[in-house]
Amino acid sequence: MQELIRRYGISLSVMMAAMTAFWLLALVVIPNLVLFKFSFRLYLPVDQLGGPNDVYTLKNYVTFFNSPIHINVFFLTILYSSLVTIICLAITYPLAYILAKVLKPTDTATFFLVLLIPLWVSEILRSFAWFIILSMQGPLNAILTGIGLIDKPIRWISGFQSVVIGLVYAYILFMLFPIYNAIQALDTNQIEASQDLGASTWRTHWRVVIPHAKPGIASGCVMVFMLCAGSVVVPTTLASTNSRWFTEIIQQWMFEGLDWNVGSAYAFLLLALCILFVSLVMRVLNVRLVDIAK
Amino acid sequence: MNSQTFAKITMRVYLALFLAYMLLPLAIMGGAGLNNTRFPSVYPWVGITDRWFIDLWNDQRMWGSVRNTTWVALAVVFISVPIGTAAAILLNSVKPKVRSFLYGFMVAPILTPGAVIGISTLLFWNSFGVSAGLYLSVLGQVSFVAAYVMLLVLARLQSFDPGLEEAALDLGASHGQVIRRILVPHLYPAIGAGAIIAFFQSVENFNVTLFTRGNSDTLTVYVGSKIRSGITPTINALALLLIVVTVICAVTYEVLRRRAEKRAAALVVAED
Repeated sequence: MQELIRRYGISLSVMMAAMTAFWLLALVVIPNLVLFKFSFRLYLPVDQLGGPNDVYTLKNYVTFFNSPIHINVFFLTILYSSLVTIICLAITYPLAYILAKVLKPTDTATFFLVLLIPLWVSEILRSFAWFIILSMQGPLNAILTGIGLIDKPIRWISGFQSVVIGLVYAYILFMLFPIYNAIQALDTNQIEASQDLGASTWRTHWRVVIPHAKPGIASGCVMVFMLCAGSVVVPTTLASTNSRWFTEIIQQWMFEGLDWNVGSAYAFLLLALCILFVSLVMRVLNVRLVDIAK
Repeated sequence: MNSQTFAKITMRVYLALFLAYMLLPLAIMGGAGLNNTRFPSVYPWVGITDRWFIDLWNDQRMWGSVRNTTWVALAVVFISVPIGTAAAILLNSVKPKVRSFLYGFMVAPILTPGAVIGISTLLFWNSFGVSAGLYLSVLGQVSFVAAYVMLLVLARLQSFDPGLEEAALDLGASHGQVIRRILVPHLYPAIGAGAIIAFFQSVENFNVTLFTRGNSDTLTVYVGSKIRSGITPTINALALLLIVVTVICAVTYEVLRRRAEKRAAALVVAED
């Protein structure tokens, strides 16, 4: 702080500190504390506010733990978000390696330029695209029946399959970019040395490339899991009645139940899940927060 | 065929398949905006029509949502760019312990689901009697967009030589001049990139906006409600327009980049 004042003077330093404080306190920390506090209060009519019923209670969380349906949806959301994360990792790791170490740099630049197009189209339109493709009379069924692979159209938009397809498509680039950045920073000589010393392709990846790519893998996994578990758009577009997502239940409390207190308890559970996942990934892959958020 | 050519071909095919996977859905969605069927699809192909574009043009609600989106995005840029820049400069000049502590809080909003940011923003400002509306959407979006700007500026600061500031101060420059003439010009690329990312993040945002918007529409919320309340190909027409704009931006960017590269190469040759 003294360093800051010495360089930029007292008034400019105070201004910068004030802007940072406004951001961190008024937009990040205190709103989350308010959310936390709200989740322990009851939704009361105005005339009961401050009365004997206006107390701190665990009731909103009890609502969750007493509802087998909500618990079920919560765990299915975790399960399918993990599945999407694994699929994205499996598809993008070879891709990132080819782009970083095999392709000519100019070709890689062109490749990424083309990828800007799906990245800039909003996620709601990207999941809508899959709604069209997967619909009963849609192009996918037309092609599959056309080439004789199936006899009659398949109902794709049912269960979690369409949600998983949509989520992978919507968030796969958030896995590709960090892993590419990590592998790109690896000295190619190390890969060649490993090969010259007789290591197989698998062994080279396992012992040289993957350890170096770990921060990128961690970053990609955290982003994709968080975006999936918190996704509102993809499940509303592509889910059916037998596949509900945890964010849909939060929306129900906020907009239909109009019970913001239970809603904030559910939102806090989602936040806790994401914090847990971040710390799990940091522990398992042995990386720091600085490596994840770049 | 030896194994190396085989590996090379496999890789090419894999890259091509991935590009097709990323682009074909967009082509299908955009194409459906031109097809003359009531339900958006490219199959069966009935014939080219411009009726969905005309319907879109006449939709007052769409125009209102475009206006709102633009205002919100500009506000987010004007608030989050100075905040993110100030935070990065601050972070760069505090002790390592304070630094990692502050850093944790600053990147937390990136790792927080949008729904949680939206609800917490709504509850916080509500306790001051501010009800939901687009200004809350702006504040909610700033909370994570500022983090992106901070990361970009922080990366750029790593290549900054603090000796330049020392020299300027020794030669009698004021603190304001040090910032205006030395620090900020060095940060321009990061600030520019931050502004562009802030704008697009805001335009694309759905989750934070959904919980904070009150009764107002933004473009993504408009599309969302259209998809839920009865699908017509007007959404596909809108999507096609957005994709065309994106392609134009990407091509312009590439042409400018190649031209700059050529100029740089020519300069090197001239110097030799």
